Amino acid sequence: MSYVQVLLEALRAMAMNRLRTALTMLGMIIGVGAVVLMMAVGQGAQTKVNQSIATMGSNLFIVLSGAVTSGGVRFGTGSAQTLTVDDATALAGLSTVKGTAPLISGGFQLAFGNANWGTLVWGTTPDYFTLRAWDTDEGELFGDTDLRSASRVAVIGQTVAENLFPDENPVGKTLRIRNSPFTIIGVLARKGQNLDGRDQDDTVFVPISTARQQLIRTPFPGSVRMIMAQAISEQALAEAEAEMTQLLRVRHRIREGQDDDFNLRNLSAVAETAAIAARAMSLMLGAIASVSLLVGGIGIMNIMLVSVTERTREIGIRMALGARRRDILLQFLTEALVICLVGGSVGLAIGVGGAWIAAELANMTVEVTLASAGVAFGFSAAIGVFFGFYPARKAAGLKPVEALRYE
Amino acid sequence: MAPLIRLTGITKHYATAGAMDVPVLFGIDLAIARGEFVAIMGQSGSGKSTLMNILGCLDSPSGGSYELDGRDVSALGDRELANVRNRTIGFVFQGFNLLRRMSTEDNVALPLAYAGVGRAEARRRAREQLTQTGLGEFAARLPNQLSGGQQQRVAIARALVNHPALVLADEPTGNLDTRTSNEIMEVFTRLNAESGITVVLVTHEPDIARHAHRLVRLKDGLVIYDGPVQGAAQ
Ligand SMILES: Nc1ncnc2c1ncn2[C@@H]1O[C@H](COP(=O)(O)OP(=O)(O)OP(=O)(O)O)[C@@H](O)[C@H]1O
Ligand SMILES: [Mg+2]
Repeated sequence: MSYVQVLLEALRAMAMNRLRTALTMLGMIIGVGAVVLMMAVGQGAQTKVNQSIATMGSNLFIVLSGAVTSGGVRFGTGSAQTLTVDDATALAGLSTVKGTAPLISGGFQLAFGNANWGTLVWGTTPDYFTLRAWDTDEGELFGDTDLRSASRVAVIGQTVAENLFPDENPVGKTLRIRNSPFTIIGVLARKGQNLDGRDQDDTVFVPISTARQQLIRTPFPGSVRMIMAQAISEQALAEAEAEMTQLLRVRHRIREGQDDDFNLRNLSAVAETAAIAARAMSLMLGAIASVSLLVGGIGIMNIMLVSVTERTREIGIRMALGARRRDILLQFLTEALVICLVGGSVGLAIGVGGAWIAAELANMTVEVTLASAGVAFGFSAAIGVFFGFYPARKAAGLKPVEALRYE
Repeated sequence: MAPLIRLTGITKHYATAGAMDVPVLFGIDLAIARGEFVAIMGQSGSGKSTLMNILGCLDSPSGGSYELDGRDVSALGDRELANVRNRTIGFVFQGFNLLRRMSTEDNVALPLAYAGVGRAEARRRAREQLTQTGLGEFAARLPNQLSGGQQQRVAIARALVNHPALVLADEPTGNLDTRTSNEIMEVFTRLNAESGITVVLVTHEPDIARHAHRLVRLKDGLVIYDGPVQGAAQ
């Protein structure tokens, strides 16, 4: 019997029992739909994390002023500012360190015309933009000359630009930061959210020298809030960490056995942890959804077994007319497969639709990949074959006389 | 020329759960030549259907040998047996055994489909066969839209569509009234006389058996009469 004919017969058998076919399919639809949707959500979360990581810059460390013990009371990280611009310069001299940038910051109200916007203003050196691989969309970054002359120039992020300059180009405009006028010389490229979910584009950068003069008071001249450092390569990360710790301990005259007064964080490690967590979540969602696919498959097996029993006599007649075991096997296997593939396609459509709704209405990051669609489809076919095989073999294994005698 | 069917010492016993094996056939010797028209009679439970199932390769004997068309059937595998059922034998059952969700035409075309004939060609030949059996107008109907006699004629068309050498009919008129039974028997008589197809049928009614040429009577799993229909003791 040709495959086309086997397929037509399968469709006819399914059409005979529409409600049952539909209910069996529903199991597949829900299973595949859940897998597609969950994979889309998981993949979306992973992509989001990966994007944040990509915008972070590579092989970065952050050095924060550390916990200080004062009279037996331990203050939190950053409670004392022990780091200096000179520390940053010294760290940059290490062979495993490619570059460093000192940072100070303060929250300020920005104003342009009637528009207001509150944000964090950072004072840093031009090297910072190199470390973060961050360029401007419009205008330019400030340079060493601006740093030396403490010019009143600012580079702003996209969010600030959108809020203060909804329909004009900010470059060349004068921005007031706590009433001090700054000339905007550049608008930074968009970076999106960081790993903590904070908007990296809601920011303003000014030369650190200017910031110290005009905006931010530091405990002592040269002190900084944190230092960003970049290792020369991924392989050098561990060595860079050791060397930087050693150098800072020497510079800060910390004796053997005493705690660091700074806090060195490997951002790559943080990123990796986040990526692993996202992947784990993605896997778990997929695993949970797979259970419903499995349940759908068992439903198919159940229905196929009932169908084989109901049609025992039919099988006997077919055998008497010359059907080989292979023909009978193929007939029932095809029915299971058609149910799975049709159910799988509908499930796929529903999963994609659900992902779209989640993205549009719940504002979630979802991502339907071709791979997840393929996996869902392949899975439903595999389930059809796997759960259809046993009933089909049972049908094909019947003896003609016994099947014919069945009432 | 070798007979179409040669049974030698065929025995059959059924295995039943718990109890001992039930012996049904105790050594049947029977040879049927091509073109014969044989009626098998006997009391209920004498083993007629059991014998027919063995003849039709639907069941295998417990002992003895069965040669069909010069081939030892017991040596054939599943696949070849299916082929024999498909091409050499046509079945007609008491209960018609048409597939109820298929049109008459598709029922008749089914053996052709299993023979590997293409769909369009199979349909064409099925319609032709139906027309020959006088059922051309019912091709598109479902079996349950036909009378019993019509259904049995459809079943006969299905048995004949692949041009078998042998037609086996187990009480083909058992569910039909006398007039319809005679019509069905005329169909068998005609295809035996005109196409030379060997016909073996089981019946309880002497009137039906009279259409055949040879009578085989079974009693308790043994052949107790084998000879012409005329002159057979009733
Ligand atoms: N599958 C089976 N298992 C056990 N015993 C069986 C089975 N099939 C038939 N028998 C027994 O074999 C004997 C012969 O049965 P068979 O069907 O061949 O009789 P029959 O001559 O066709 O009878 P009838 O005229 O009523 O159709 C009966 O005693 C029956 O009980
Ligand atoms: Mg019987």
